[in-house]
Amino acid sequence: MVDVGRAPGIRPRPGIWRRLDGFARRAFPVTSTVLLMLASNAPFGIPDQAALLPAVTMIAVFFWSVFRPSGMPPLAVFLIGLLLDLLGWLPLGTGVLTLLLAHAFCARWRRGLARQGFLPVWLVFTGFAAAAAAVMWGLASLLILRLLPLAPAAFQAVLTAALYPALAIPFGRAHRDLAAPERA
Amino acid sequence: MIRLSIPLRQALAKLTLPVLFTVSFGVILLGKLDVMAAQRARISLADALAPIYATLAGPLANVRAGVEDVTGLFALDAEVARLRAENARLRHWQAVALTLAARTRALEADLHWIPSPAPEFVTARVVADAGGVFARAVLLSTGPNHFIRKGQIALSDGSLVGRVTDVGSRSARVLLITDPNSRIPVLLEGSGSRAIMVGTNGSRPRLIFWSGAAPREAQQVVTAGIAGSLPPDLPIGTVHYTAANVPEVVPGADLGRLGMVQIVAGGLAGLSAPEAVAAPPASPGGPRPG
Repeated sequence: MVDVGRAPGIRPRPGIWRRLDGFARRAFPVTSTVLLMLASNAPFGIPDQAALLPAVTMIAVFFWSVFRPSGMPPLAVFLIGLLLDLLGWLPLGTGVLTLLLAHAFCARWRRGLARQGFLPVWLVFTGFAAAAAAVMWGLASLLILRLLPLAPAAFQAVLTAALYPALAIPFGRAHRDLAAPERA
Repeated sequence: MIRLSIPLRQALAKLTLPVLFTVSFGVILLGKLDVMAAQRARISLADALAPIYATLAGPLANVRAGVEDVTGLFALDAEVARLRAENARLRHWQAVALTLAARTRALEADLHWIPSPAPEFVTARVVADAGGVFARAVLLSTGPNHFIRKGQIALSDGSLVGRVTDVGSRSARVLLITDPNSRIPVLLEGSGSRAIMVGTNGSRPRLIFWSGAAPREAQQVVTAGIAGSLPPDLPIGTVHYTAANVPEVVPGADLGRLGMVQIVAGGLAGLSAPEAVAAPPASPGGPRPG
């Protein structure tokens, strides 16, 4: 369903292309997240590249949950978490639970966050990334039943926070343009 | 589409997250109860992605090499000086090696020595990380109809890099020696004492439980063919101390950036396992003697 007709007035029934366009725009957040996840695993040959996958996933889920929650529904977050677990060789459920917690956090605080400028959001995200990496480390340790080394989790937190602008700025552009169903 | 009343829809929307949290605990339980199912799911996903990553690997390697060429220009002088010094040193060692090889041949001829068979191997490209944040493993793209099996060992630059733990139809996963789950029985050359090499998730695995004299700095570490789990005398690396009483092994292969690895066929100390007997004859693209 296309959300025309919210404003009063009579409009023509949207054509098939228009509806497809609207659908593509609504699917953009999830599609771009999944593609980024798959791309982050490509053989770039960067040392410690494994931390890239959770970093990219966390940024995408955070950004879209805050700025366009209709494009990142809980069910999509769940499936993205499952993909993160499988692709990142994490104990099953680690990514799912971490991302759902992240999504719940965003849903709770998004009204305040979405109104802030870029820098305050990045600052909040830095703390958020650290918490997410800690939750992931704790869950993985709990599920493997062994205390995992902290250094990779710390690196993941730093990388996640540092990568935020590189993804959030293009996402912001897309949010106003490519992913906006009202422009269909 | 079913039309629901607005309050009902809002109530359902509020319920989604708690329900999904419950389901995610179910997923955790499932992962714990049926470990093999999770592993199968991972390896089939890897199977689907391995060909794509393998296609990308060539161009990406070219880009990386190009970048390195450009950055390398700035250090050209230092690099040439370093290579000259290394070349002089290697020429000396080449002379030593040739003398020793001739002497070994003479001694072997005197003793009627039966040489251990050269291991057969296949070469596969490393296409992705398969360890995640808390483990060290790589994914190999093998193409269909490969003959790689669980437990076979992987070499790079002639040094041990890990063991095959999962095998899919187009991909295989190699657990590196740096992974915290890796335990390899090793032999310290020269002193002949044995030790266990454990991964630490860092770049250098650690030696524990050594017998006899403590490992010496720069001592060569090779596999011990104990219990037939590994072929004996495969080089792994050299001993290095970063702290007192913590002998570590500097791997001979650059584990951070593996490009190609050799998977050695048959693992049991030169013996072929029953199912490995049916391995294909050497073909131009397939296994060839080493």
